[in-house]
Amino acid sequence: MTALLEIKGLHAEIAGGRKIIQGLDLTVNKGEIHAIMGPNGAGKSTLSYVLAGKPGYEITAGEVYLNGEDLLAMSADERAAKGVFLAFQYPLEIPGVATLTFLRAAFNAQRKARGEEELSSPDLIKRVREIAKTLNIDADMLKRPLNVGFSGGEKKRNETLQMALLQPSLCVLDETDSGLDIDALKVVANGVNALRSAERGMIVITHYQRLLDYIVPDIVHVFAAGRIVRTGGADLARELEATGYAQYQSEAA
Amino acid sequence: MGVAIRKTKAELGLADLYQGARRYLPGGEEITAVRAAAFDRFNVVGLPHRRVEAWRYTDLRTQMKEAKRLASLPDDAAKAKAREARDLFAGAGFRKLVIVDGAFVPELSDLAGLEPGLTIQPMADALAADKPLLSQRLGAIVPDDDPALALNTALAANGVVILVAPGTALSRPIHVAFVTTNWVATSMFTRSLVNIGAGASATIVESHQGPDGSEYQVNTAMQLIVGDEARIDHIKVVSEGSSALHIGSLLANIGARATFNQLGFVAGGSLVRNQLFVRLAGEGTVADIRGGALLSGTQHADTTLSIEHAAENGQSRETFKAVVGDTARAVFQGKITVAPGAQKTDAKMMSRALLLSDEAEADSKPELEIFADDVQCGHGTTTGAIDDELLFYLMARGIPPAEAKALLIQAFIGEIIEGAANEAVRDALTGAMLGWLGRRE
Repeated sequence: MTALLEIKGLHAEIAGGRKIIQGLDLTVNKGEIHAIMGPNGAGKSTLSYVLAGKPGYEITAGEVYLNGEDLLAMSADERAAKGVFLAFQYPLEIPGVATLTFLRAAFNAQRKARGEEELSSPDLIKRVREIAKTLNIDADMLKRPLNVGFSGGEKKRNETLQMALLQPSLCVLDETDSGLDIDALKVVANGVNALRSAERGMIVITHYQRLLDYIVPDIVHVFAAGRIVRTGGADLARELEATGYAQYQSEAA
Repeated sequence: MGVAIRKTKAELGLADLYQGARRYLPGGEEITAVRAAAFDRFNVVGLPHRRVEAWRYTDLRTQMKEAKRLASLPDDAAKAKAREARDLFAGAGFRKLVIVDGAFVPELSDLAGLEPGLTIQPMADALAADKPLLSQRLGAIVPDDDPALALNTALAANGVVILVAPGTALSRPIHVAFVTTNWVATSMFTRSLVNIGAGASATIVESHQGPDGSEYQVNTAMQLIVGDEARIDHIKVVSEGSSALHIGSLLANIGARATFNQLGFVAGGSLVRNQLFVRLAGEGTVADIRGGALLSGTQHADTTLSIEHAAENGQSRETFKAVVGDTARAVFQGKITVAPGAQKTDAKMMSRALLLSDEAEADSKPELEIFADDVQCGHGTTTGAIDDELLFYLMARGIPPAEAKALLIQAFIGEIIEGAANEAVRDALTGAMLGWLGRRE
């Protein structure tokens, strides 16, 4: 069976030459949730950007396949249409674009790219409202410009809403817990857990173990100095909470 | 001694136009005298060039190679073309007045069932009647030492006069459509006057259009005289043909406790100069002045605003945005003057440019001239490219780059369009914007 995501020997650097990812191997199968934990500066966010197709990174070696297709050959929008979703650590504010307009544009662009029929506005609005309700997002927020003036919690709930609407096959959650209080964290985690399915894989990137109390991973990786230095089960996260990352940083260096 | 400068071909051509036309331009003795004085003012200084501060970024002397002959009165073929011309406001239910090749055409205009208090007259008729009021106003609202405006005063042959009696609330907007039909390049000088009586309200939309590829020349001026406690919404859309020269002047004098909403939108023409001379003459008046420009190719669009707070407690907001692609150039010059005694003035001006290519250019020159001591005035300017982070965010959600850019451009210019109180106007401007975006793809 083809893996959902297969990363082989990946090396990436920021345009300009700083090496960030240095020999990463990772396989995510459908139905699995992988946590990637590591110290700040280990390259966790870079990994999320490289998977999503953000310009400004140079892949110097390695391969990445999504359902057997060469992910690195695709632009960011093509990757999204193929099912890659990056939940941003810092979702961007776009004045002048209503949240609902954005959701409609994204949803229908992906459908179009896949050769599927676009959804009519009333149907889409109905669907968005249903998801919004489960995330405690009120209808008024959907009319506001995208993320403008949203609190940290509102932004992360909005990311979760987009993920639920777009139904990606691979979710990459970049520090989803940052900026969230415990109540907001629970709402977001519930939203993410609702998306757990045998057809979907997730990579949860986090510095702290706290998030993983709510989104319980199948596999935990320790990521340091640009590669995975240890892999274990959910209990590895708790162990890290106790021991910290210092040993891995010295190991990697 | 400025007179030592040799006249350009265009300046000589303009002098010929005036000499040839002055005998039959409408107007009696008084108006003829006003015209002659205006032409002399022009003739002394000639076409403005970059050493004239108000025209610093738009060197008309260099750019205007010649003066096209004056347009002849529209024949049946021209009228037929005008009838079929695209109308951004079609279906909006506006009262449409049509100016074809510079001439008011009653049979194309909706003059039936004028609301009580509304008077509409061709400017040519009003000039011919030589009423003292009109001759005083032909140049007198604001100093018309501007050479382009002086030329307009000298040569304006037609246009429209709209009078709204005091206390009249016109619910139906009036659309004055200026349509150039002739592919053979000509020049047109039009002058219009809108007088909104005290306590009255009206929405006036101006549109300017013509054939692509024709190097026609438009010099148009609109005078707005707005009484105390009146409200005017004035929208001007320039969608001239791709090779057209458009010089437009708005002269506005606004009374006390009035509301003045002005929106200019440029999505056409080769060289466009929109100049606004606004005087908030009475106290407590609120003005919202916005401008949007969508430029591509080699277009050059200059908006030059001069607003004077002449009385106390006035509030004004000036917001200008330009989207500039290819090798186009957007210019914004904005000057806020606060007269002595205009205390408690609250004025804020902002201009922003979004550059879509490395060769695109935006020039912005804000100025404040304040002679009162208890005021709040400010201005700001930004120029930048499309934000790569925003673009990536949209693309990461599956929106293709062209569509994502279009969405960001729409969001940028949307703030200007939202300034229109009338929904049909917003729809029309959104349509114009989408049309522009569509042509870029």
